[in-house]
Amino acid sequence: MRLDQKIIENWVQPNAHILDLGCGDGSLLEHLKKTKHINGYGLEISEAGILGCVKRGINVIEQNLDDGLKNFADQSFDTVIMSQVLQTMHYPDKVLAEMMRVGREAIVTFPNFGHWRARWHLAIGGKMPVSDLLPFEWYNTPNIHFCTLKDFEVLCKQLNYTIIDRQVAAERAPGKWLHPLRPNLFGETAIYRIRGY
Amino acid sequence: MPHTTPTTPVQPQADSVGIVKPKLIRFDEPLTLACGRTLDNFELMVETYGTLNSNKSNAVLICHALSGNQHAAGFYEGDDKPGWWDAYIGPGKAIDTNHLYVVALNNLGGCDGSTGPTSINPEDGQPWGSRFPPLRVRDWVHNQARLADYLGIARWAAVVGGSLGGMQAMRWALEYPDRLRHCVVIASAMKLTAQNIAFNQTARQAIMADPNYQSGEYLRHNTLPESGLGVARMIGHITYLSDDGMGEKFGRQLRSGTFAQGTDEPVEFQIESYLRYQGRKFAKAFDANTYILMTRALDYFDLAREYNNNPVEAFKKAQCDFAVMAFDSDWRFAPERSHEIATALLHANKNVFYARIESPYGHDAFLVPDQPRYEALFSSYMQKVANACA
Repeated sequence: MRLDQKIIENWVQPNAHILDLGCGDGSLLEHLKKTKHINGYGLEISEAGILGCVKRGINVIEQNLDDGLKNFADQSFDTVIMSQVLQTMHYPDKVLAEMMRVGREAIVTFPNFGHWRARWHLAIGGKMPVSDLLPFEWYNTPNIHFCTLKDFEVLCKQLNYTIIDRQVAAERAPGKWLHPLRPNLFGETAIYRIRGY
Repeated sequence: MPHTTPTTPVQPQADSVGIVKPKLIRFDEPLTLACGRTLDNFELMVETYGTLNSNKSNAVLICHALSGNQHAAGFYEGDDKPGWWDAYIGPGKAIDTNHLYVVALNNLGGCDGSTGPTSINPEDGQPWGSRFPPLRVRDWVHNQARLADYLGIARWAAVVGGSLGGMQAMRWALEYPDRLRHCVVIASAMKLTAQNIAFNQTARQAIMADPNYQSGEYLRHNTLPESGLGVARMIGHITYLSDDGMGEKFGRQLRSGTFAQGTDEPVEFQIESYLRYQGRKFAKAFDANTYILMTRALDYFDLAREYNNNPVEAFKKAQCDFAVMAFDSDWRFAPERSHEIATALLHANKNVFYARIESPYGHDAFLVPDQPRYEALFSSYMQKVANACA
């Protein structure tokens, strides 16, 4: 279980109606079903992910998030989750707006591009960061819209979204100990709970 | 010991249900149809594969599409062509007969042994012909429920169908919510589009324009509207394939003739000869009145009509889980129609998975073997269905 998923679990209400955008193989929804008895649906486009959901018995609909969520009614979910997918969207701001429309609140997690390793890679190495968390070269990465904690918070402010909670996860030293001091420098993963008003 | 010679030209494979025999089952209780008319009795031609378990919980109903029948899997004695869904029904296949008991039938109004337009009308001793009552999808569902009663099946593990069969599966979920645990809907729709109805109407007109159609009473006149039915099938067939798939298979290849200048030899494209062959073959094996009846049932189907035209309200009635699959090159039952089904199910809070499968085979894709993604999804889902029966 990834650290960010543990935090998500704490923020999800029991028996909630959940939409997981880019749900992968359904493991997060499966976990939340067990621990929180949620009623969940995932959207996914990867073949392996959808097959994983079917094998797990997790509800999944093949749908491209870049096409929007127009088939979903306003405020039809308690929580809309997007875990480590925002940075792959063509228009992250539009996707966030859709999440706010269909859900009462949203939980968004993304890799923090402000992490010191990423800064080091670019500042000293002069190259785009490649790590075990982001194992792609610049030309083949699905991650096309990186941002830092600060960037994300600026966007939320511009769009008038309220940040209810923010957590930062770092599994490796020294970030593990230092992230409470300088989250934007030492946090590997950002986890936000936001509301559309 | 008498010497016996093997009569089958084919050796059934290990993953085949082998040699099968249909069974005619008679129902003597009157059946009132959606049109208001009543059949005093009727017969259904049925095949079953696999073994019904002791608590009768592992039965799967296969609903056929426009031109399907009870022969979904295995081989008839002496026949080298398997049933229409043999690729997906058998030991170890998607619908695994090692674990599931499969029931396939020829629907009422069909022409493969069940009561239909080619049967004798008991009132006048003549074939029903076009005077056979018009049917709706719900009529099939109701007589399939009679069949379930007959077999002692209180609840299907799954009702499965592609195209028109998928419509029956969905109607099952609404008409008998407590009698199925899973509903598998493949390449289907909650209702036909105007374009779809238009194709069906053109096919019907081709049949009716054939002088041998005789206002539908051709059996009484000992004729058959073969050319009309052949054209109807050709129209249908074109719409069941994709432009790319057809292009890949036939392109502009010539069967005969040449475009060389100075010759006036007639030219025939491969696709022309293929379609004519398909039309002719179908016209010999199928009944024109059944074709008209089945296409009309397709046209009339509208899942949510009696639920304020609200599919969410309709699906709220269902109690089963749903699997919905569609194929990206299918333009007759486009993936968008299946996506609509999945969205309605989601809003009705039903368990559902929906996949849009890449395939070059158009609407026919649901029948075509060797499609790894389709097989993996279909098998995985049916395996869960089977596990829940144990």
